[in-house]
Amino acid sequence: MAKKSPESNAVGLNFEETELTLGLPGESRDPKSGTKRGFSETVDLNLGGSGGGEAKDGNCNGDPSENEVSVAVKPPTAKAQVVGWPPVRSYRKNVMTKTGKYVKVAADGAPYLRKVDLEMYNSYQQLLGALEEMFTCFTIRDYLNERTINDPVNGSEYVPAYEDKDGDWMLVGDVPWKMFVESCKRLRLMKGSKAIGLAPRTPPQCSSTSC
Amino acid sequence: MDPKRSRNSHESVNSSESTRFPDEVLERVLSLLTSHKDRSSVSLVCKDWYNAERWTRTHVFIGNCYSVSPEIVVGRFPAIRSVTLKGKPRFSDFNLVPENWGADIHQWLVVFAEKYPFLEELRLKRMTVTDESLEFLATSFSYFKAISLMSCDGFSTDGLAAIATHCKNLTELDIQENDMEDNGGGWLSCFPENFTSLEVLNFASQQGDVSFDALEKLVDRCKSLRVLKVDKYVKLEQLHRLLVRAPQLTDLGTGNFQQELTPRQCAELESAFSNCKNLHTLSGLWDATSLYFPVLYSACGRLTFLNLSYAALQSGDLAKLLPHCPNLRRLWVLDTVEDEGLEAIGSSCPLLEELRVFPAAPFDLDINRGVTESGFIAVSRGCPRLHYVLYFCRQMTNAAVATIVQNCPDFTHFRLCIMNPGQRDYLTGEPMDEAFGAVVKTCTKLQRLAISGLLTDLTFEYIGKYAKNLETLSVAFAGSSDWGMQCVLRGCPKLRKLEIRDSPFGNAALLSGLAKYESMRSLWMSACNVTMNACKLLAREKPRLNVEVMKDDETDSQVDKVYVYRTIAGPRRDAPPFVLTL
Repeated sequence: MAKKSPESNAVGLNFEETELTLGLPGESRDPKSGTKRGFSETVDLNLGGSGGGEAKDGNCNGDPSENEVSVAVKPPTAKAQVVGWPPVRSYRKNVMTKTGKYVKVAADGAPYLRKVDLEMYNSYQQLLGALEEMFTCFTIRDYLNERTINDPVNGSEYVPAYEDKDGDWMLVGDVPWKMFVESCKRLRLMKGSKAIGLAPRTPPQCSSTSC
Repeated sequence: MDPKRSRNSHESVNSSESTRFPDEVLERVLSLLTSHKDRSSVSLVCKDWYNAERWTRTHVFIGNCYSVSPEIVVGRFPAIRSVTLKGKPRFSDFNLVPENWGADIHQWLVVFAEKYPFLEELRLKRMTVTDESLEFLATSFSYFKAISLMSCDGFSTDGLAAIATHCKNLTELDIQENDMEDNGGGWLSCFPENFTSLEVLNFASQQGDVSFDALEKLVDRCKSLRVLKVDKYVKLEQLHRLLVRAPQLTDLGTGNFQQELTPRQCAELESAFSNCKNLHTLSGLWDATSLYFPVLYSACGRLTFLNLSYAALQSGDLAKLLPHCPNLRRLWVLDTVEDEGLEAIGSSCPLLEELRVFPAAPFDLDINRGVTESGFIAVSRGCPRLHYVLYFCRQMTNAAVATIVQNCPDFTHFRLCIMNPGQRDYLTGEPMDEAFGAVVKTCTKLQRLAISGLLTDLTFEYIGKYAKNLETLSVAFAGSSDWGMQCVLRGCPKLRKLEIRDSPFGNAALLSGLAKYESMRSLWMSACNVTMNACKLLAREKPRLNVEVMKDDETDSQVDKVYVYRTIAGPRRDAPPFVLTL
C-alpha cells in the first residue's frame, strides 16, 4: 500500500534500507513503521493494539521474519510519558491541580462503602480521624501513633488496610504519606480478629480485644 | 494626524489621463479596508494601488515575526497604529521548542519607537517579552492604548506595573495564558488615581494575589470597562463588590467560585449578576461546583460563550446549569463532565457552534475516565450548527466520527486528540484512517485539522484528495511512509501551516514540497526521519526559505527538529547556538 516515491531514487538515497520497523515477537507486520529513536524508547509499545480492549487486535501471528528490520524492544512495564503529549498548554497543566484522588473505603460489617479523597489530607492521622467520623461506630487501630481508642459500646477495633497498585493488601502507615496516596487503590477497615496477619510483630500496645 | 510624506513617489495628479482615479479618492476608499488579506490583494493590482494601500494601512498583521524585519515593515508602511505579531512555532506551547529560541519583541520596539511614535496597539502571540521591553514600550509611545499578550513568556508583574504607571491612555491590558512570573499584585496600584480609560482588563493567568483594594477602586472609576477577567485568588464575595461597580460588563472572568457564603451574600451575588444585562461571556469559575450555580441563572440566558475549563464539574453539575443557557454558541468544558455531561449539552444548547473538551488529567496514564465517542455523537445530534471542535478523549471509533460529521457537515475546525499515541479504533481494531477520511470527504469547508490515533498513509491520501480548503494541519505519531506527506503537499492547495511530530516522513517527503513551501507560512517537523543532507539541499534550492535545524547530537546526521518558513528578511541574526540556519 505504501508507494515508493520517485524522489528517493532521484536524490540517490535509499531510504527503505534504513527504514526501521518495530515489532513485538509474534506480531504481524504493522504498517506503522518505527519512527525515531527517543520516541520508540519512551512510549509503551502498545501500538499494535488499542489502549483498552486488546481483544480485537488483528494479530495473525505473522512470521517475525516478515519484518524488515525487526527491533524487538521489550515493552516497559509502566507507560512512560512522551514530551509535549497530549498537546495541552503548560498554563493549563498548572491550573488544574486538583482532580482529587477518591478511593473506596469498605468496613467489615458496614452495609455500604464510602469514598474519601486522599488529597484532602496531609497525614495518616487526619485520614484516620476522618474515617472514624465516617464510620462512627467503629474504632480504628492506629499503629503509627499508638492510638487505641476503645469504643465502650462495641469494644472492637478495626485495622486500616489498603490495596496497593500491585494488588497487595498492606497495613496503613508503613510508608511515607505521599507514597501511600500515590499507591493506594482502595481502603478496608478490617475487624481486629481478621487482621491478625497484618498485625506488626511487636505491637506498641496489645489490647485485650484483638490480636 | 497624518505623518508628513513626500509625493515624489506618486505619479503626477495633473496628468492628462483623466481616467485615473485621483489619489485622494483612492486612498479614502482604501482606508475603509480592514482585512489584511483584502489589503494584500489590493497592493498587488498595480504600483499606484500598492502605494495608496501602504499609505493608508493602519494595522499590520505579521504571522511569523521572522518572515520580515522591522526595518522592512516600517519602510513599507509609514502610518501604522496597530501591530499584531506572532513568534514561535505553535509546538512551543508543548515544550518542543527550547528556551531562548528567539522571537524577542525588543528589537521591534526599538524600531517602532523611532518610526511609529503614534503606535497605539500591540498584540503578541508566542513572543518573548521582557520587563525591560514592557517598560520601554510604556515610556516610548505616549499614545499607547492596547496591549494583548497571549502565550508569551519572559516578563513578570513588574512589567505590568510599568504599563500601568506610564500608559495614560490605556484602554486594554489583556494578559492571556502566559508564563508570567509573579512578583506580587501591587502592579494594580500603579494605575494613577485619575486614570479612567480602561475598557479591557484581563489578568486571569496571574498566579498570585492582587491588591483587591486597588482593583476595586480601578473598576469603580473606569466606567467604560466592558471586559474584566480576574485571577483565581479573587474570592466570591470580592467578586460581588466588583460586579456592583461594573454592571455594564460584557465579558466576565470570575475568580474562585467556591467559598462559604451566607444566604444573604448569595442573594446579593445573584442580584449583582442579574443586573449585568450585557453579559455575554463568562469564564474563570475556578473550583466551581453546582452549589453556587443558581446565582448565575439570571445571567445565563444571555450567555453566548461559557468557559468552564477551570471547573472540574461532574455530569450532574453541567446538567443543572445548561438548561439555563440556551443561547450558547461557544462552550469549553473539562472531560470530568463525561459523556453524560455532553449529552446535556446536546439537549440544552441547540445553537452551539464551538465545543472544546479539555482533559482534566492529561498526564495521568492510568486513568480511564473522561469522554468517549458516545459523548461526541450526542453533541453532534443536538447541535447541528457545530463547526469548531477540540476534543480530547481516550477512545474513538471510525463509525462514530462518520456519524458525527454526517450530523455536522459544516466543520471548519476539527481537532481530535486521542490521547494514547497510535491508538486504534477500539471496537474494530482498525486504524483510524476512515474517521478522518469521513471528515475530509464530508466537511468541504474544513480549514483546520488535527489528527490522532493509529493512522496509515491512507489518511493522508484522503486529506490530499478531499481537503481542498485546508489551511492548517497538525500531525503526530501518524503515517507509514513518505508517501503520506507527499499526498498532502501535492493535494492541498490552500495549505499554509503544516506541523508534524514523531512521524515516519523522511527526506523524500520533505523535498517533495520544494515548490510549495514558499506559498506556505511554515513547516515544522520534529522526531521524523529527515537528515541534514535533505535540509541543506532544500536551503540551497530555495534561498527565500529559512531552513532552521535544531539538533541534539552534533555528530549525527539525523535532524531532530526542522523549521522551514518563507521570509524576505534573510537568515535571522538572533539565532541561538542550537539553531542552525542552513
